[in-house]
Parts: sequence; structure tokens; C-alpha cells
Amino acid sequence: MDKYFHSVVLDKNNCNGCTNCMRRCPTEAIRIRDKKAMIIEERCIDCGECIKVCPYHAQNVLTDDLDKLNHFKFNIAIPSVTMHGQFTQSTNMNRIFQGIKKLGFDYIYDEGIAADIVTYIIKEKIKENDLPKPIISSLCPAVVRLIQLNFPSLLDNIIKVESPMEVAARLAKEKVIKEYNLSPKEVGVFYLTPCPAKVTSTVRPVGLKHSYVDGVISIKKVYGDIVRNEKTITTEEEFEMGSPLGRGWARVGGQSHALGLNNYVAVDGIENVIKVLEEIELGKLDNIDYFEGLACFGGCVGGPLNVENPFIAKSRVRKLSEGDKALELKDKDIAMDMYKKGVLTLTKKIEPKSVMKLDSDIKKAMNMVEEIKKINKKLPGLDCGSCGAPNCYALAEDIVNGFAKIENCIFRLNDEK
Amino acid sequence: MTKDSNSMKLNYDVDSNDFTRAGEASSNIKKILKQLGVASKVIRKVSIATYEAEMNIAIHSYGGKINVEITPKEVQIVVKDNGPGIKDVNLAMKEGYSTATERIRELGFGAGMGLPNIKRCADVFELKSEEGKGTKVFIKIFLNKNT
Ligand SMILES: Nc1ncnc2c1ncn2[C@@H]1O[C@H](COP(=O)(O)OP(=O)(O)O)[C@@H](O)[C@H]1O
Ligand code: SF4
Ligand SMILES: [Mg+2]
Repeated sequence: MDKYFHSVVLDKNNCNGCTNCMRRCPTEAIRIRDKKAMIIEERCIDCGECIKVCPYHAQNVLTDDLDKLNHFKFNIAIPSVTMHGQFTQSTNMNRIFQGIKKLGFDYIYDEGIAADIVTYIIKEKIKENDLPKPIISSLCPAVVRLIQLNFPSLLDNIIKVESPMEVAARLAKEKVIKEYNLSPKEVGVFYLTPCPAKVTSTVRPVGLKHSYVDGVISIKKVYGDIVRNEKTITTEEEFEMGSPLGRGWARVGGQSHALGLNNYVAVDGIENVIKVLEEIELGKLDNIDYFEGLACFGGCVGGPLNVENPFIAKSRVRKLSEGDKALELKDKDIAMDMYKKGVLTLTKKIEPKSVMKLDSDIKKAMNMVEEIKKINKKLPGLDCGSCGAPNCYALAEDIVNGFAKIENCIFRLNDEK
Repeated sequence: MTKDSNSMKLNYDVDSNDFTRAGEASSNIKKILKQLGVASKVIRKVSIATYEAEMNIAIHSYGGKINVEITPKEVQIVVKDNGPGIKDVNLAMKEGYSTATERIRELGFGAGMGLPNIKRCADVFELKSEEGKGTKVFIKIFLNKNT
């Protein structure tokens, strides 16, 4: 199947091989070959850094079109919690949700409602008190994949509760099946996403056998239509929405705030997340209860498929969720029923991925490391990226792995032979 | 000393008081152990032990060296510094005991857990110190011991 499905793909026509994405990639997953960037599939965590940094818009996200709604008799839209930060404060979100409905949906289920439920479940889990500290949030799929790849010793710290997106999908499907007398196959669940990593999670989930989300639509793609639809509304509808705390999950620190925690560390930006995970691995944060690491600046409001400036969106969401707000639980009965059946917790072990390993025979691997070090010494140490690898050491690794040649280095100053 | 595939040596100099570079040795060792395909739990133990040893050289000593030897069976770490040595080794091994200055504590170090943590991570641990001369820590961590 799609062993290495990734939502982040490269448009070769737009790429001119500028090296911006390669230097920015936090897992060194990009190389330039024949003046075009290429992604090493098994290293990509879909964090979207390359999309944000590409000046030529050559990095794209594979999402679905609204045509896909035709595959189902009844369609549900789950707008991401970040939707609440995309419009001015005075905007009536009911009208926005109605605008979303007019895209062709039959039912809207706010991700915020699921965020409330997930908050409640995580609270219960924390009370059980047998989890390794700090507990690591499972919200950001890019961070979960980063841990699989680079911090496998911390996999046990990840809280085994599903993301609000998945919980929303389950709750919404269950609800409409009952309410409208439908069969599961007739119902399509579509997530309106700010996030490429979540797109990947619906096709190739981590910790789950399969996703309940049938399609993913980029917020950016439909934003204009939603705004236009909103203008044509004559009779207003009302929608259920998550509590301010649940909707607050859209910004970094929002989860921890909703959980009512004090002793937490919340970090945004993938490079910062890496630095803190390193500290956690060294045992320096063992006295912290909860770690909320999000790949995007500001949290999910910084996801590359949003429209609004992340800082503005973050501030809106903060204002919304600040203060002495209490958690509200809509659909609690269905949710608790599902929770008890194990439907809202991760059902598959999150496995480590050892893509760094040079050879399964440690003796061979040792020889290869020596070889890498030798080649690295011959390289100028400029980390200029002209060779198509993100830095000199990475080129040395590529050479030993047989993916590149020393001639790729345009300097080779120290190479006498 | 060219093709000796049964062991691999890594050597690092650690300067006194150099906090900007402190941690470099342990993160470099970590990277190499990953390339060798060593189990992540073992890598974590080696990283913690070398990181704490590195910090102790930087904070408490006049400078020193970390010498690592990796074989298919184990990782051996020898940490040596040029003094001043530890007066009371038993006391130094106590959890929470630290002579770190206020300034060092403000930087987030000096919890007095370094040596106890090294011992916890090590399968073999020896600490020898002579006042006026220096300190030597010998650490061995097996690669295939079930945790
Ligand atoms: N290499 C060293 N040289 C001199 N003294 C040391 C050395 N390593 C440790 N010590 C002494 O042992 C004490 C305890 O060390 P450790 O457990 O690492 O805690 P910390 O470094 O936080 O003080 C230190 O405060 C210091 O007095
Ligand atoms: S921070 Fe949010 S939007 Fe960004 S990658 Fe993670 S889950 Fe996606
Ligand atoms: Mg110490």
C-alpha cells in the first residue's frame, strides 16, 4: 500500500533547485538532484517547513477536491479549530459554518467539541499517574513522526489518546448514522485542514489501524468560497461548537491551558521542539508533567494551509479562550461510551523508525562511520549546500551510502588526490 | 590502526567553563550510535552518562577528555580531567549534593544529580579522584543487555 505516502509533494516545474527547503528541513530529508529538490520519503515527517520556505511555491500539499463529496450520500465537514482564528473578532462563526455547509455539506461538526472531549480524557489518563514523565502530547503528527525517527526512546511518553480530528470524525459519524438513519458507507467525513501532517495521518495514520476521515480539504482552497457563501445567507442557522477551551487548542499552550495544568512546557516551531526533545531525552525535564510540542509557529494557527497571519489568528484564539473558562462537554455520553470501548485511544503501538542506521551488521556500520568521517575531513566544512546535500557531513553520509559522489562538492579544497 | 572493524574510538576534549560547546560530545556520540543501529534505550543511557560527565568537566574541573570505545558488545567511556579532584567521593555521589555556585545554578545546572544519574545509566561504574590531581570516571554500558 502507500507505505510512504506523504502529503507534501514537489512540483518539479516550479522548482529551480535553490536549496532553501533543503537547508531548512529538520530531518535532512531533502536533496537536490539535477537542479531539482527531491524528498527522501522515509525521512519526511510532513511538517511543512519546506512549503513555508519555498519562494517558488514548488512544494505542494496533496489534498482532496470538493468533487469527492459525490462519492457519498451524506457529507460531514469538520472544520479545524484554527477556523476560529481565521476571521475578525466580530464575525459570527455560525454564518461561517453555514458558508462551509454551502460548499456541499449536509452536516458540520466543530473540531472544538472533540478537543473538549480529548481534554477530558487526557485529564483522566493523567490521574492514573502511571505514565512516564513528561507526558508528551500526541496532537501534532509531525512531532509524533519526529519522535519515531529521532527520539525513539521517548515513544512511551506519548499519550495514547487520539487527536481531536479523529475523535470528531468518530463522534460525528456515529451521530449522523443514528440521527439520519444512514449506513456507515453512505457517510463521508471531510476535515478542513490547516495542516499537511494531518493529511498524511488520514492516509497513513500512526498508532491507529485506519482513520475515520474520508477526505481532507485545504482551508486555503475553500476560504474564498466560504466568505462568498457567507455573504449570501438570508436565514441564519445555529451550530454547536466547542467550548472556548476546546477551541483554544488551535494555539500553542492551548491544550495545556484547557487541561488546567501549571507544570507544563509548550513549544512551537519544529527546531525548538527538537531542542526541547533533546533535553527531555537527557532526563532534564523529568519533573515536568506535560510537554506540548507543535511543529508550526504559534501552534496549529501557524499551519501552512491557513489563510490568516498566524500571529493574528493566535491572538484571536487566545482572547477567546483566556480567563476562567470551564470545560464544556457536548456529546459526552457517546464519547464516554466509545472511550470505554477503546475507540478513542490509540490502538497500534507507535514503532521506532531507524532510518539513520547504516547497516544491520554493526561491524560494517562501524567501517562506514569511519569512512564518513574520513570523507568529511576532505570536505571544506562550509555547509553551502551546492553539492545537493544539506551540509558537508550529510554529503559524506550520502557518498558512503552510495547516493552521491565526492565530485558533487564544488570545492574539494582539502582533497589532494 | 586502519581497518579495525571490531571497535571504534571517539575522542573529545572538553574545556573548563565552556557552556556554549558543552553537550557537543554527547550529541555527537548519540548520532554515531544511531548510525550504528544501537537500541534507543541504550543510546539514551550513553547520552545521559556522557552529557553529565561532560558537564562535570566543564563546571567543576580545569578541563579534560572523554574517550569512548564502541565494540559490538559495549560502549566504554573514560572521562579524565586535570583537577582539582573531589575531596569526598562518597558525598559527591549523594543525590542532591552539589558544590556548584549560585551562578551555575542560575544557568540550570548543579542539581547534584549528575554522578548518581551516570551511575544509574552505567552497567559498570568506577569513580577515582585524587585531590590536587584530577578525577577519572570509568563507565561501561552493554549494548545487548535487556533493560
Ligand atoms: N570532575 C569533577 N571534578 C571535581 N569535582 C567534581 C567533578 N565531578 C563532580 N564533582 C563534585 O561532585 C559534586 C556532585 O556532582 P554531580 O552529581 O554531577 O552534581 P552537580 O554537577 O549538579 O553538582 C559536584 O558538585 C562537585 O563538587
Ligand atoms: S502544529 Fe498543528 S498545523 Fe502544524 S504540523 Fe502540527 S498539527 Fe499540523
Ligand atoms: Mg554534574
